[in-house]
Amino acid sequence: MPALDTTRPVLEGTGVSPGIAIGPMVHMGAPIAELPGPVSGGVPDIEFGRAQRALDEVARDLEQRRDRAEGDAFAVLDALSMLARDPALIDAVGAEVDGGRPAPHAVDAAIAGFRTMLEAAGGYLAERAADLTDLRNRAVARLLHLPMPGIPEHEAPFVLAAEDLAPADTVDLRPGHVLAIVTSRGGPTSHTAIIAKAMGLPCIVGCVGIAEVDDETLVIVDGSAGRVTADPDADEIAAAERRKEAREALLASSAGPGVTADGHGVQLLLNIGSAAAGAAEEVDAEGVGLLRTEFLFLDRTTEPTVEEQTASYHEIFAGFAGRKVVVRTLDVGADKPLPFVEPGPGDNPALGLRGWRLIANNPGLIERQLEAIAAAAATAPCEVWVMAPMIATVTEAEDFVALARAAGIATAGVMVEVPALALQAERLVEVVDFVSLGTNDLSQYTFAADRLVGELGELLDPWQPAVLELIARTATAGRAAGVPVGVCGEAASDPNLALVLTGFGCTSLSMSANAVAEVRAGLATTTLERCEELATLALTGTDGRDARTRVLAALTG
Amino acid sequence: MSTETTVEEQVTVASKVGLHARPAAAVVKAANELPTVVKIGKDGRVVDARSMLSLLSLGAEHGDTVTVSAEGPDAAEAVAAMVALLASNLDEAS
Repeated sequence: MPALDTTRPVLEGTGVSPGIAIGPMVHMGAPIAELPGPVSGGVPDIEFGRAQRALDEVARDLEQRRDRAEGDAFAVLDALSMLARDPALIDAVGAEVDGGRPAPHAVDAAIAGFRTMLEAAGGYLAERAADLTDLRNRAVARLLHLPMPGIPEHEAPFVLAAEDLAPADTVDLRPGHVLAIVTSRGGPTSHTAIIAKAMGLPCIVGCVGIAEVDDETLVIVDGSAGRVTADPDADEIAAAERRKEAREALLASSAGPGVTADGHGVQLLLNIGSAAAGAAEEVDAEGVGLLRTEFLFLDRTTEPTVEEQTASYHEIFAGFAGRKVVVRTLDVGADKPLPFVEPGPGDNPALGLRGWRLIANNPGLIERQLEAIAAAAATAPCEVWVMAPMIATVTEAEDFVALARAAGIATAGVMVEVPALALQAERLVEVVDFVSLGTNDLSQYTFAADRLVGELGELLDPWQPAVLELIARTATAGRAAGVPVGVCGEAASDPNLALVLTGFGCTSLSMSANAVAEVRAGLATTTLERCEELATLALTGTDGRDARTRVLAALTG
Repeated sequence: MSTETTVEEQVTVASKVGLHARPAAAVVKAANELPTVVKIGKDGRVVDARSMLSLLSLGAEHGDTVTVSAEGPDAAEAVAAMVALLASNLDEAS
């Protein structure tokens, strides 16, 4: 070990998925932006052969990966490989080499032509333009003998470093092979953060210094603290190993209902969104805090009948005997158009007719769904609660509750995701049986920041004190009235933020299945009084990052 | 066997989203499996049905009429298969 090595760099970022990983770090291949010269020359026939071979190799690589993939990943890779074999693309490359371009430039120019065409068309076609960019990067890398963009091939398990991950990259992530993810860009709501959390991989985003760390450098990634230690010494490695083991032991021993160290109960629930809830049934949780029902309606040309819906709900309810299932009524709008749902006018889907608002021009749609839920609930072995999304006023909440009761639903509540409703919390809790805070949309509407715009990730950080204040206000009103207030957004799956939410008085936390053990373990070691202190502290933050840092410092200090 | 017969038939695109996304992928896959090259035309433009990029560039929407054509001894069979596909509900094809 080098004797001079006393100033090992510790790199800071935003920890978005907890856990500790120790391993060699490998950078993801970056796309080649500028092609090296010459831009002309070469024998057209030879250059055409090179380009064809490169596209064929890229297609075969994509097809191999496709055949190992499932679901969305299969579709992404299938579409990409189809583009790599597209006869029109091959023809265009032929025209470019005939015009005197060498293979890499010919591929680049041919793809750029199609990309311009798709981008000009807008909408769905513009999204396909990103696939073409991906294809171009792969083919050009192949032709220039440079590392292929995407998850690197590496024999031993490794820590993946990247600027940010695109959806197509995450398809290749294999748990056990990739130990942790560190990105130099991206925020807490980036695609990378969501995927890492879903896979249970430690993840740090916005860690600018990571770009300077060489490949194969040994690193310790602490996803809870948002810290990367490059080239650690033997003591640091041993300490990290001990913390990793202690954490794993704590998680393994965590079981049963959510409860603080001093015995205050907080229900731990699951967010699920498909009929394939079989796996979720096995999770040690107290039920479902958010059953998304869109899966019943998407990819169909006609509305599912009441009987079909009843059968689907029944199947899900049967898996949660003795527990609770909170059903959210249909939440679609112009962003997910359905042939049988009238979306109404407007260019901005998030601010248009979506969720509860569909009732305005889709008579019977929500009524039929409530009828089906009530029918399934009548014979269900679990407690069924029903809530509506996108409620903006107390009157709308009253209307929904009346409609649900008329359908025969015993427990009816609403989502709080529009800031206007949170500001009316004191009156809201007088008319509903329960409230569930959807923090993702609540953030989007509070900050006037589109959830789909990656650059706005900082504003959409669930730690933002403005959103926390709306949550606190709603929870306080609920507590005073004896009305349960849960959280079912991204916020509830962050184990530290879960303590803050508990401190505000939230009565349940709903999250993806693999976040439950971590949140439960955090609660089990913290008293309610401590949670309340942390909650007060979080509200003093100047922004999301500051609030997170303050709470983290209090927890580790 | 007769040679160089051209078969042409018109069909209305049934898919709700037009020839985009999964429907377009289904057309490309089917075209690659047909015994002869099938072309799809709209508003005077005629493209190879095996090319996703060309199909997307046609911009065929739900309810548009397109012309399916092929040449050669297998033309009738190939055109009939493609017409049936375009007239079916491709939205639920996977």
